[in-house]
Amino acid sequence: MESPPLLEMRGIAKRFGDVQANDGVDLTLNGGDILGLLGENGAGKTTLMNILFGVYAPDRGRIAVDGRTVRIHSSADALAHGVGMVHQHFHLVPRHTVMDNLMVGQSGRGLRLDRGFALERMGEIERSFGLRLPPDVRVGDLTIGEQQRLEIMKALIRGARILVLDEPTAALTPQEADGLFTALRAMAGRGMGVVFISHKLHEIIAVTTRVVIMQHGRVVAETANDDTVSKMRLAELMTGHEITPPSKVSTTPGAVRLRIDNLQTRGGARPSLKGICLEVRAGEILGVAGVSGNGQAELADVIAGVLPVSGGTLEINGKVVSRLTPREVQALGVGRIPEDRMGTGLITSLPLRSCMVLPRIRERRFSRCGFLKHGAIGRFADQQIHSFGIQSAGNRVRTGTLSGGNLQKALLARELAWEPTLLLAAQPTRGLDVAAARFVHQRFLDLRGREGAMVLISEDLEEIFSLSDRIAVMFEGRIMDVLDIHDATVARVGLLMAGVREAA
Amino acid sequence: MNGFRLEPRAHSPWWLNVLLPLAAVIATLVLCSGLVVLAGANVLTAYTKLFLSSLSTAFSLVETVVKAAPLVFTGLAVTVAFRAKFWNIGAEGQLLAGAMAAAFIGAREGLPAWSLVPLMIAGGALAGSVWALLPAILKTRYKVDDVVTTLLLNFVFFYGMMALLDGPWKDPLSGYPDSPDIRMEAEFPILLRATRLHLGVLLAALATAGVWLMLRHTTLGFEIDAVGENPNAARYAGINIAAVTLLTAGVSGALAGLAGVGEVAGIHFQVMAGLSPGYGYTGIVIAMLARLNPIGVVPAAIFFAIIITGAEAMSRATGVPVFLADVIQGMSLITMLAALMLTQYRIRWNRPEHE
Repeated sequence: MESPPLLEMRGIAKRFGDVQANDGVDLTLNGGDILGLLGENGAGKTTLMNILFGVYAPDRGRIAVDGRTVRIHSSADALAHGVGMVHQHFHLVPRHTVMDNLMVGQSGRGLRLDRGFALERMGEIERSFGLRLPPDVRVGDLTIGEQQRLEIMKALIRGARILVLDEPTAALTPQEADGLFTALRAMAGRGMGVVFISHKLHEIIAVTTRVVIMQHGRVVAETANDDTVSKMRLAELMTGHEITPPSKVSTTPGAVRLRIDNLQTRGGARPSLKGICLEVRAGEILGVAGVSGNGQAELADVIAGVLPVSGGTLEINGKVVSRLTPREVQALGVGRIPEDRMGTGLITSLPLRSCMVLPRIRERRFSRCGFLKHGAIGRFADQQIHSFGIQSAGNRVRTGTLSGGNLQKALLARELAWEPTLLLAAQPTRGLDVAAARFVHQRFLDLRGREGAMVLISEDLEEIFSLSDRIAVMFEGRIMDVLDIHDATVARVGLLMAGVREAA
Repeated sequence: MNGFRLEPRAHSPWWLNVLLPLAAVIATLVLCSGLVVLAGANVLTAYTKLFLSSLSTAFSLVETVVKAAPLVFTGLAVTVAFRAKFWNIGAEGQLLAGAMAAAFIGAREGLPAWSLVPLMIAGGALAGSVWALLPAILKTRYKVDDVVTTLLLNFVFFYGMMALLDGPWKDPLSGYPDSPDIRMEAEFPILLRATRLHLGVLLAALATAGVWLMLRHTTLGFEIDAVGENPNAARYAGINIAAVTLLTAGVSGALAGLAGVGEVAGIHFQVMAGLSPGYGYTGIVIAMLARLNPIGVVPAAIFFAIIITGAEAMSRATGVPVFLADVIQGMSLITMLAALMLTQYRIRWNRPEHE
């Protein structure tokens, strides 16, 4: 009478060099399940899903769909067995319309797109799951949330019955995330299975039916998502020890470290800033909330001297800095943790020691008359590796071999080593596990306690709310409002993120 | 059963760096043996001649080293440029620019004799630099593709040079499209009596050490690697990418220019159409085989010098055309590029999970 589970992975093992990424993983997904997959970075979640998707072949183990063993060698195989995936980074063609993207790769209908057929399928998806998009809008004009919806619709139209979502809410407003959850519940209600990978514990609790926790390539805990499950409990299961929330002492803001008045940039390919006014004082963390692509990255770039100013003034420690190069801005004591640690923060193919001194290589401490002081560089790197507990086999390993959490620690160590008077950090804990995120947060609060000023740009509202003294919300290159932390609520910030100003 | 697929590697073991060039060379020789057979020769005899004739006598050994000197220079030029991802395919043109400058300076009657050699070296390096800076400026200023510009400027320079040699700069004595001979005092001193081992060989060795020092021990080398590996992160870290690219291009062009100086001042004493049988292009293959390591450039350059000098002897003895040397050059670039892929991927054979 019992039907076989929708998806069964049994004894999956995969080794990379010395690392046993998956070590006999069992995973069962039934129709109607929304399975939360949790684990620290490097716990093996991504490897497991990549095996399910045919990116890697498992060394051992078996995958069964509907009780039948299947072999998956490619994402096409995966889709043929009804497994669809929505990655963190979308695979869409920006110049194509919604319908074009939905029908890309749909076979058996001749060369021309069959518009009627496509509309019919889109209608079915709307009726079943409440997912809707205008068919003729270009993908480039959709918001991130809409693009994600399109990715999900793409998987559904190809007949996916098992949907894997990797960090799906990273770029959504709280309201958009709620919309996503509604759709996921509708899918589960129709007998589909969903695997939901996220580091945001409150979302795991809000949307899943069951939670599987991985550690060191194994499943260490599995629990139904019932009343006994709390964020603290999940965090403890994940890390194997208790997690204490960061302690935030009250400070009195001091001198103005950063003053921005009517700041403007010319857009070009990137969103432009349209008259930004902000102030950050010593001992203060200013949180900048907003859906990605609304000018936050540009704000940080402008302050750091990477992006030119086209109007308005920018003062750091009372000095006008609108025309300075990035190196000159650094020299004023500005530290920067860029959003994309692999892309703009560190150079993954260079040794860790090189990355640790990258912005400071011309300083007397690390070079003299153009010649490197290898000894000093190595000692500095070792010092930072030690004091930040960076897990690395020495300072000469290729930076890219470090895990995400350790990469972020390295970046943090590099910037904090110089005791910045102003720290710019963007998405500092994206993709980090609970323990690593806590570590980063505590360092920020420590800096604040030492009279450091900080601009914290984040799409993670929980992070913004737990660290900030004030919250600025950006929308389409403007500051919608700056709220004191005591007056701010998630709902208020969420509305501002969507560009809605409350009636006065 | 279902063939194979490529899977990303988590780590690439160090011995691959030594093994890959060797494997590429062996694969090249195996692939090229088909051509030797087609030419109607015994593969073993042909390859023995190819490799051993250039090493058999003291004289041919020195000749091989002399042949390697310009290849070391162009190999270094490409190495420096490629490290910064400045795709300098133009070492050939920069070499000719250096050669022209050297021939021009070396033939000046008004200059004091002692100043000729240093001036030729400086002038040749400068001319090579300038010819490399042109595409570098186009790249940094206007984002013009450097592969295209550096490559095409080779032809611009070569045909411009030929127009000069066939016209205003034609040697009045010979009547051929050659430049006038440089003065006796401008010729590079010979380091070993009764051979052609000239000062340029020593300069190539010094340049190797210099490039190694620059890449390994200077802030410029550090920044070249940073820009080459990730220009975005370099920019965020405050490195001036345009400045680094221009400096790199200047150094790269100077090195290629010195190859030309050596050929003029040490071997030919004039500029003519056949001055460089593609040394600039061979430099690309050498740099790739050396995996952009300046020290590795030396064995790679010697390897190609052996093949180029050995090709003549092989051809005389077995009748295989000398062009086999060119085929081997081209083929080793392809096999090396294929081999490089294996540093990032491993081959997995698909097989049934259940036996």
